[in-house]
Amino acid sequence: MSRDQIIFIIFLFIFATINIFLFGSGSLSADWTGFGTFIAAGITLSLYSFLYKDNPLFKFAENLYVGVAAAYTLTQVWYTVLLADVVNPLSALDSESLSNLWLIVPIFLGLFMLTQLASAKFSWLSRIAFAFVVGLGSGLTIPRTIAAKLLKQVETTMQPIPFDLFGLDLLIILVGVVTVLVYFFYSVEHRVASKIGIWFLMISFGASFGYTIMARLSLLIGRVGFLLEDWLVLPLPLF
Amino acid sequence: MLFLRRTLPLIIAFVMGMIGILVYYSPHSGAQALEQEVTMWNRIVFAFALVLGIYSLMRLHWGRVQRQQAGWAYSFLVFVGFVVMLIFAIYNNGQGPLKPQVIDSGPFVWMFDYVQVPADATMFSILAFFIASAAYRTFRARTPEAAILLVSAIIVMIGRVPIGGLISDSVPAFSQWLMAVPNLAATRGILLGVSLAAIATSLRIIFGIERSYLGGGEE
Repeated sequence: MSRDQIIFIIFLFIFATINIFLFGSGSLSADWTGFGTFIAAGITLSLYSFLYKDNPLFKFAENLYVGVAAAYTLTQVWYTVLLADVVNPLSALDSESLSNLWLIVPIFLGLFMLTQLASAKFSWLSRIAFAFVVGLGSGLTIPRTIAAKLLKQVETTMQPIPFDLFGLDLLIILVGVVTVLVYFFYSVEHRVASKIGIWFLMISFGASFGYTIMARLSLLIGRVGFLLEDWLVLPLPLF
Repeated sequence: MLFLRRTLPLIIAFVMGMIGILVYYSPHSGAQALEQEVTMWNRIVFAFALVLGIYSLMRLHWGRVQRQQAGWAYSFLVFVGFVVMLIFAIYNNGQGPLKPQVIDSGPFVWMFDYVQVPADATMFSILAFFIASAAYRTFRARTPEAAILLVSAIIVMIGRVPIGGLISDSVPAFSQWLMAVPNLAATRGILLGVSLAAIATSLRIIFGIERSYLGGGEE
């Protein structure tokens, strides 16, 4: 028996023992909530076992998660889009709601998309659906990007600069925006301005990196909190 | 046939693109209603696209199970998770799939609370370890630029935990300033570039210059 197999069996034994104790002592209730906490703890520990190395427990939890998540997404699409926007309006069709018949258009477009599955002979029909989605998406993007991003961002960058600390912040922002844009302008040779732009970019990347680490750590703290508080029912803080 | 396969999609992309632009600038109630209608159509087509995506995922795993490839049992688990969750979704706590979704109780909600949510949060929290490992490699200050990145990240991290405030009141304030001023400047510069690129790409699609979305293969 390999070292990994021994670790695997010891892990399962400890997990089973702890759960028998928790259910036996009444710390975990013998109902669906208690059973759910047991399952959630098992999934959490199985996924964390990847930190040791890729192993069957991790693969088990990972693949189960993929299946559940796919079904969840499909369910949400059914209840929030297909049922609410297609099935219900068409099933309640009467003389006053004849305009709902237009829904046949997106249904056909959707079915065209599914021709990719049917046969190569008809798969070209999916191009019509893709053209609809991509064309409309492009059309909706242009005015919204101009209004909400381009003009708004330029407007807030080019403000009158007062002689105080707020003015200094505005000046730094103006210099930062201009030098970063210079850095991304590849048609001319880069000199001093783009160097300053790189410094601004590095500050931004560092800040984003630190921010992301803190967000992930807060998730980790949440999971550890779940294991200690909800599963093992330990009073926190421990020390 | 070439018209149907190549020209018609380009015409549809052009017409829908122009509708998308024009309805935004038209205050007429008809234009607003048209915008809502086509946006809903878009949502419906997206729903079918998602069905296509999930079918592809399932076909991939079914192929592995059929061929009994290495690790096929894990692919079978994808089906187990999918089918169980789907049965609970169709059951809809006794209401059936044609009634609004029951979101406060039932086996579907149980699966969501005790399988999907913990798995989701754990998967993302694992990234904390990988980011820490990446940070070790990234934060070796070999150049002045890397040193700036290192200092900036450390200040932001320390400023967001209680120990930052214990060191000095100005640490959280400086961290906040770093996010609100230099970080904002760089983000804004990037955003302006991205916006211009998005507009240019959209125009290329509408006018049929960019056609990669039509895929390759037969004309």
